[in-house]
Amino acid sequence: MTIVRSALSRSAGRRLGARYMSADPKVLAGSGVFQGLTDQDRIFTNLYGEQDWRLKDALKRGDYDMTKEIMWMGPDWIVQEIKDSGLRGRGGAGFPSGLKWSFMPKETDGRPSFLVVNADESEPGTCKDREIMRKDPHKLVEGCLIAGFAMRARAAYIYIRGEYFNEAVVLDEAIHEAYSAGLIGKNACGSGYDFDIYLHRGAGAYICGEETALIESLEGKQGKPRLKPPFPAGVGVFGCPSTVTNVETIAVAPTILRRGASWFASFGNENNRGTKLFAISGHVKNPMVVEESMSIPLQELIEKHCKGMRNGWDSLQACIPGGSSVPVLNKALCDEALMEFDDLRAKGSGLGTAAVTMFDNTVDMVGAIRRLSHFYKHESCGQCTPCREGTGWLEDILIRMEKGDADKREIPMLEEISRQIEGHTICALGDAAAWPVQGLVRHFKKDIEDRIDDPEGFDFEAAFQKSWSGDPFANDAWVKEHGAGRTYAA
Amino acid sequence: MFLSKLALQNTTKSVVRTQVRRAGDKAFHINTSYNNQTTHFDFTPENYKRVKALLQKYPDNYKQAAMIPLLDLAQRQYGGWLPLAAMNKVAQVCEVAPVRVYEVASFYTMFHRTPVGTYFLQVCGTTPCMICGSEEIMATIQDELGIKNGETTADGMFSLLEVECLGACANAPMLQMNDDYYECLTPQSVRDLLQACRDNKDISQQAIPMGKWGSLPMNGQVSCEGPLGKTSLDTIEPPKFDRSKFDAGDVDPASVKKHMSY
Repeated sequence: MTIVRSALSRSAGRRLGARYMSADPKVLAGSGVFQGLTDQDRIFTNLYGEQDWRLKDALKRGDYDMTKEIMWMGPDWIVQEIKDSGLRGRGGAGFPSGLKWSFMPKETDGRPSFLVVNADESEPGTCKDREIMRKDPHKLVEGCLIAGFAMRARAAYIYIRGEYFNEAVVLDEAIHEAYSAGLIGKNACGSGYDFDIYLHRGAGAYICGEETALIESLEGKQGKPRLKPPFPAGVGVFGCPSTVTNVETIAVAPTILRRGASWFASFGNENNRGTKLFAISGHVKNPMVVEESMSIPLQELIEKHCKGMRNGWDSLQACIPGGSSVPVLNKALCDEALMEFDDLRAKGSGLGTAAVTMFDNTVDMVGAIRRLSHFYKHESCGQCTPCREGTGWLEDILIRMEKGDADKREIPMLEEISRQIEGHTICALGDAAAWPVQGLVRHFKKDIEDRIDDPEGFDFEAAFQKSWSGDPFANDAWVKEHGAGRTYAA
Repeated sequence: MFLSKLALQNTTKSVVRTQVRRAGDKAFHINTSYNNQTTHFDFTPENYKRVKALLQKYPDNYKQAAMIPLLDLAQRQYGGWLPLAAMNKVAQVCEVAPVRVYEVASFYTMFHRTPVGTYFLQVCGTTPCMICGSEEIMATIQDELGIKNGETTADGMFSLLEVECLGACANAPMLQMNDDYYECLTPQSVRDLLQACRDNKDISQQAIPMGKWGSLPMNGQVSCEGPLGKTSLDTIEPPKFDRSKFDAGDVDPASVKKHMSY
């Protein structure tokens, strides 16, 4: 097994070029190339909340530095710079941001344009935008102004998920601060441009993270995705041209413009440029949110920041590298995976929102994917039949398969149902529901078959997951300094 | 006549707050003595100021856009759930047919059309939390409170519901109690949390602890830095960049504004 793996690793090394190989065998592959991201190159410097979120500290961190001068460079320069930086949307689909912004009309037909920020973060595994909004809200506010200006938009609506109540309070206060300081509103930052930002709280529906469902929800309707075309850049919110973008995409834009496209493009591989917030959950010793360079090897990310899997890397069973909507990877693929759009797609998965969930070998993967199917069944808006009915079928079959109460012929049936959902719905939720199941069948078919062959042979008790939120707490000194005396001590 | 008859019928039934409510709750309304066509609801004068502020966020011809925030406001005012009268009031404010409000209120999981407990516990049960022990957390709460998923305790103090991903996965397992997140839970810390709620007679007193960032990881963490601490950002300094490149800026933003007729 070891031999096979190392053979795989060699061939991957050749395929990806020598720059991934490290001369020192103890250094993980990849770290020789990017040298790790240095603190000077991190965008979200208040990620761990050592400073205050308010304007005073935000200015210290370099926000609103030369915002007016950036705006004087003009919308076309901003869009070109974002294009050159290689920034791809951070909300999951990875669409090139500069290109998306350029779709907005440059001439008006009487309708105003709007920027809509998608802060409806509900992809299972993802908790990065939350950290931006509660600790660095001014990065988002400034980003709204600059991106909004680049799209020639009149105002921005930030659609935050309803459950993020405390985050919404902070963000609302930050917007208020920015208005009071003249940074947004009339003559924003003294530039001569008027720009408003409105915060809108949702009410708990995963589907509202889909851009047209978000628009529907913003208009006070059920969050049911619209058929495209017309695309939002033509007819979006309130019937006006709109662009829906993820929080992180907007929040990184001012820093990219200040430091230059070439700086941002110096991280990561071709087509996968920049830095990225990774949210790592599951069976690691130190689950956290961290900003790292794109294209960092998965193993390096886990070993460096999360101190490894709780029972060592070899205990790894599977990984979902980009939020629940991307197919699961098995151990062999995890060994090789680079955290970037292209490499993960080549491995049959995707970067998604870079929400990494690690599963060790105590997990019953059938049960884990069954729970995801329940999620999609619950969150399906009910508009398209394949998704509304199919997600329920997937869950029903997986409930039986988890118990071993199924027929082996149902495995291809399960796959078939998922293929019939995929691509046959208005929005991508159907695809998202299908992919985890396809990943399960692709990599863990044997588990399902073994369960069906011998349901009694599986130790359900051992697979029952006990509470795990990382290694025992061991960070007293730092917490004492930065916790404001408000942490919980048992 | 018909209405009063219904109301009479319902008063004969004992009002018990223990009832099953799930996210996929019934899409239709059933009259009860505390929620029927004669129940009264109106925003308080203070909340009318908030209503006005909310409506100002949206174009005048899209008053409906304020519906979700208005429903949330009504729900907060009415003690955590929405009677029929509140939905009708919101329809009146938004100037839409009541059915437009009913369909929205029944679509979103954060709107409750039946009463919920003073402490509404929503335990995240989606896979990232599940593999970190949400089922154990759920079982602990059920044992402790003697209620099942979707039920309210007889004293109306706690409601329990398993919900889908709440977006705090790096701090799994977690639950949301009313507006606040409690993260990195263990069976023991959940029991402590429930006890703190029981000891806290007046909910407005804020006797229940809350962390610096609007959530409380119950293993001692501050927020998302992990139990072993952060691994980056030892030095925090503002980015250095070449300021002179912005000297070339010659597009007056005011001209863009004029061009777009704003």
